[in-house]
Amino acid sequence: MKTDTHRVEDLANREYKYGFVTDIESDAVPAGLSEETVRLISSKKNEPEFLLQWRLKALRHWQTLVEPTWANIHHPPIDYQQIVYYSAPRTQGGPKSLDEVDPQLLETYEKLGIPLSERAALAGIAVDAVFDSVSVATTFKDKLKSLGIVFGSFSEAVQEHPDLIEKYLGSVVPVTDNFFAALNSAVFSDGSFCYVPKGVRCPMELSTYFRINAAKTGQFERTLIIADEGAYVSYLEGCTAPMRDENQLHAAVVELIAHDDATIKYSTVQNWYPGDKQGRGGIYNFVTKRGKCAGFRSKISWTQVETGSPITWKYPSCILQGDESVGEFYSVALTNNRQQADTGTKMIHIGRDTKSTIVSKGISAGFGQNTYRGAVKVLAGAARARNYSQCDSMLLGDTCGAHTFPYIDVANATATVEHEASTSKIGEDQIFYFQQRGISKEDAVNMIVNGFCKEVFRELPMEFAVEAQKLLGVSLEGSVG
Amino acid sequence: MLKIQDLHASVNGAEILKGIDLDVAAGEIHAIMGPNGSGKSTLAQVLAGRESYAVTRGSVLFEGKDLLALPPEDRAREGVFLAFQYPVEIPGVSNVYFLKAALNGVRRHRGEPELDAIDFLAYVREKMKIVDMDESFLQRSVNEGFSGGEKKRNEIFQMAVLDPKLAILDETDSGLDIDALKIVASGVNAMRDKRRAIVVVTHYQRLLEYIVPDRVHVLADGRIVRSGDKSLALELEKKGYAWLEEGVAR
Repeated sequence: MKTDTHRVEDLANREYKYGFVTDIESDAVPAGLSEETVRLISSKKNEPEFLLQWRLKALRHWQTLVEPTWANIHHPPIDYQQIVYYSAPRTQGGPKSLDEVDPQLLETYEKLGIPLSERAALAGIAVDAVFDSVSVATTFKDKLKSLGIVFGSFSEAVQEHPDLIEKYLGSVVPVTDNFFAALNSAVFSDGSFCYVPKGVRCPMELSTYFRINAAKTGQFERTLIIADEGAYVSYLEGCTAPMRDENQLHAAVVELIAHDDATIKYSTVQNWYPGDKQGRGGIYNFVTKRGKCAGFRSKISWTQVETGSPITWKYPSCILQGDESVGEFYSVALTNNRQQADTGTKMIHIGRDTKSTIVSKGISAGFGQNTYRGAVKVLAGAARARNYSQCDSMLLGDTCGAHTFPYIDVANATATVEHEASTSKIGEDQIFYFQQRGISKEDAVNMIVNGFCKEVFRELPMEFAVEAQKLLGVSLEGSVG
Repeated sequence: MLKIQDLHASVNGAEILKGIDLDVAAGEIHAIMGPNGSGKSTLAQVLAGRESYAVTRGSVLFEGKDLLALPPEDRAREGVFLAFQYPVEIPGVSNVYFLKAALNGVRRHRGEPELDAIDFLAYVREKMKIVDMDESFLQRSVNEGFSGGEKKRNEIFQMAVLDPKLAILDETDSGLDIDALKIVASGVNAMRDKRRAIVVVTHYQRLLEYIVPDRVHVLADGRIVRSGDKSLALELEKKGYAWLEEGVAR
């Protein structure tokens, strides 16, 4: 068992151990970040001038910043000059076939019920060598295209719809927003883009396609989703399988824009490699996600299930600008072993009669540290704004921790803000009760934890709710003595 | 069915059970009475496999198998049921989900096919009648917000669903008013069966008016100090526990 754990670690950190010096042939730039790096990335991607200038602006700003330290997380310093900021994805170094993949990783896929066809991609085998993703994607895209929906990689969108990119990129998360967002803006390699035109309801969860391609998205991912007037889109990011990746630092940016009467539902299941039991290895996840409810009666709903990564720093937020707009945040964050999560949301009420709901469930086991950090801000003009927040923490064992930092700032007397919080612990007497009825300890913990997270799982697309439940079980394995 | 020999058990180093011998045959109902602190509940918990109790000596055979060697969930699957004195609340887990997991765990262990949702509901509805429970109860979280009486009824209901070979009722009468006591007792009586043994742990004789035992044992200071038929319970009621303790401890 011990050695297996180490093998997973080895596998996940193969390149990291050697200081990020990846052994990729010609299509890579040297380690380190400078104007030259940014220019090189931009030219390799054949980007229009405005985008290059935008990246450079971000870089110059980033160079004036220092890494923030306010979050309740601790990790060794990151040497940003040791990182390779551009390399062709998945060229070398990965396993060639499933036979070369760590058996324990495959076992986990089995437990999670990941379809066979996807396992290879998730394990890091070059996608095109495994299955015909092109045809799957094409069928899918044709259907969306007939509705006028633009959906594809960010790079493609830059070439095909530069006007949309220029109009919306950075309109929610400006290049100057924060350290990690500035870094991402300067060097992002790829990501996803989606535009749903007026009055169109996207007929499918934008998930399957993304899942297959998730393995290629890379370290600095950029996502931009726009729902025009009256449009609806439900987008699912990530997947329940533990993702294998050589990169230690992930700094993604996601921007959502909802116009009048539009709705965007964004669901995330994050299960990056969390490091080993001693907290070695794993992927640091520093993400900036923000949505702007720009239009009247628009709605943005975030649902996240965060179980991976040794470090999670993430606050999917909503700017409620349009009158009567609605923001939602549903979150399950689980920290086991040495994982640390500092996550939550910001709800910024600008428009009148805006409404926001926050439901956060934090689960800590082992030596895990789980922090909820949330801000509810009601500006002077946000008459009759309403917020309801509920933050629940659950502790397994007595070596883990749960922390809650809610910030509430109300500048309009007609606003209503409610905050509820609870902390509970799974008791030995509860587990014994299950056992006495013939249910094993591990099943007991799963049932209790899943019961605790019910309100959030309800928000996930059906098939993912089931996978998320299983994922929690797998993530908690070995956490009860 | 159950054979306990020279059972010693302690909690946090303090010896509570100091040599229990007890034989219970299928079809019998045994009552275990005794003053507070005599070790009644400890005996029930030890039989069910509570980890915080350490068995220091003795043996327990259940249908010839070494019960003490099994983890608690396997004891349950083998057919040992404990109706708790203080049933714990499990927020977020519905009764129906909990029971289905429990029943199918037992069925798998017995090599029987698992029940699907429809068969399970039909089966459970039948059992609910035994303790006069309302259907809305199935969707509520296990014991959460239940009154004392509802919790005890729920224990008997679970017992009916799981159909154990040996049922241990730990102070099932405590905190019940007379109406609830009658419902619980009639539930237990409905489950009297020649294949099933029932051990009733109680402080008061009152419950035994409704659940009539074949044998009565009196526990004092970790030992069985007196055994007899149902008339022993009446005698105890009259004379009190002090009468027995005098004879034993000094």
